[in-house]
Amino acid sequence: MNPKVSNQIAIAMLYVIASTIVVILAALLGYIIIGGLPAISWHFLTSPAKAFTSGGGIGIQLFNSFYLLILTMLISFPIALGAGIYLNEYAKQNWVTSLVRTSIEILSSLPSVVVGLFGFLIFVVQFGFGFSILSGAFALTFFNLPLLTRSIEEALAAVPNEQREGGLALGLSKWETVLHIIVPAALPTILTGVILSAGRVFGEAAALIYTAGQSAPALNFTDWNPFNISSPLNPMRPAETLAVHIWKINSEGIMPDAKAISSGSSAVLVISVLGFNLLARFVGHRLFKRFTAG
Amino acid sequence: MLISPSSPYSNGGWLERNIVDPSLKGQQPIVLETKQLHVYYGDNEAIHEGDLKFPEHRISALIGPSGSGKSTYLRSLNRMNDGIARVTGEILYRGVDINRPEIDVYKMRRRIGMVFQRPNPFSKSIYDNITFALKRRGVTDKRKLDEVVETSLKQAAIWDEVKDKLKKSALALSGGQQQRLCIARAVAIKPDILLLDEPASALDPVSTSKLEETLLQLKEDYTIVIVTHNMQQAARISDYTAFFNMGRALEYDETSQIFTSPKVQLTNNYVAGDFG
Repeated sequence: MNPKVSNQIAIAMLYVIASTIVVILAALLGYIIIGGLPAISWHFLTSPAKAFTSGGGIGIQLFNSFYLLILTMLISFPIALGAGIYLNEYAKQNWVTSLVRTSIEILSSLPSVVVGLFGFLIFVVQFGFGFSILSGAFALTFFNLPLLTRSIEEALAAVPNEQREGGLALGLSKWETVLHIIVPAALPTILTGVILSAGRVFGEAAALIYTAGQSAPALNFTDWNPFNISSPLNPMRPAETLAVHIWKINSEGIMPDAKAISSGSSAVLVISVLGFNLLARFVGHRLFKRFTAG
Repeated sequence: MLISPSSPYSNGGWLERNIVDPSLKGQQPIVLETKQLHVYYGDNEAIHEGDLKFPEHRISALIGPSGSGKSTYLRSLNRMNDGIARVTGEILYRGVDINRPEIDVYKMRRRIGMVFQRPNPFSKSIYDNITFALKRRGVTDKRKLDEVVETSLKQAAIWDEVKDKLKKSALALSGGQQQRLCIARAVAIKPDILLLDEPASALDPVSTSKLEETLLQLKEDYTIVIVTHNMQQAARISDYTAFFNMGRALEYDETSQIFTSPKVQLTNNYVAGDFG
């Protein structure tokens, strides 16, 4: 076979493979969104769920998902940033460092249901946090930490070494250089990584079933004192998230409109994750432009 | 008189090494000198010998083929090789060995600044690039900072090009402008010596000649040591030139001497373009 023909066959094959992926993805998204959109209304997005009658919403679950996401990020971002800085800027290339890197990789490939059961034993039972947002946030931190650390480390590694030398040559310490030159230079990439991992955390269910729980007690949205049990901000209350809600409706939902609620919730979830991804691109792009031009 | 076989004159009049002491030639005090300098990367010795003296307010060029050790030598002069290479021997800055344990390396680097091969402005505004190091050392007076920005940008001959966009990102400048900004950033902290590691190698000819003019002006106030691949550049701007080969400074003399009548054969071959 001559090179020209084989090249064209290869290109044709790649086109077929690539378009198959695109078609599958588009069909999946289209099915979820088109099937779910009719169920979405302001009432659906804001009212609490109903267990036995139709007309329930996902207001509390939606709030729980965002609140849990924010708490998880508050816990995991500083740790991941510290670990990323250490691994990329300070760690010597020796067996301890490669052991740490390997551990992070293993941690990132841990099934999320295992992370959930681990969180159940440690935070729910051992530490006595019960089924709570806090337990869920810690479990999600374990789930999130490896990938976030990895993405921050990669963002820092992408900053050219000349920037570090530039800082040192001005008589700045290594820490000053890292904190004031390297991290700001890596910020657009870091933020993109944070937002993308937010999408993953937002859609996570298995790690939360045994940690944040499967019940969504009624919340009083006028009470913002985090110590009151019905306050939305109380981190010690059980909190079913949107993803867990979808799982629960489909496995044991007995309300008459279970199917509609499940499709509506799925659509909201998918649109949110899509939103995170678009936001990541937008923010990364904007920051990059701000740092490089005008 | 008998000429022994080991005599330097037995190979047709060429010396094996010829290192001149500039303090014997001019009135300029010596600001920086190295004695018995050896630099090792692991077990690999990159610099075997480099006993050079750099006179004040002069430009000294380090030339030589790739891998001759000139950049390694330059980078040990303000300890940029710390943690990468091991250095023995003495590097005397105004009589003080900068490798002594009691030396504050950060303070030392503010006296001996460095500009690198590739322009490396920080992803900050032009103004912040210049003032950053000063702010980190507690200078907060806005008037003082404004003044430093203006004088250092003027010294680096880039003020007219950027004075209307000081708040814009430094990364939006052209390569040549970025390099002169880096020079301005280095002089903003008022160093004594400027080390330049092939500062023009990433620039086009027009930017290069602007950079060279800038360096000629800067030598009024600073002692400059520059590594360059470009022999014409060394000939155009430097007062003294050192020729490096295989980790050894083979010849060091006034630039006109090096380029017209070198005393070491390898130098002659190199400046004649026979290798390198």
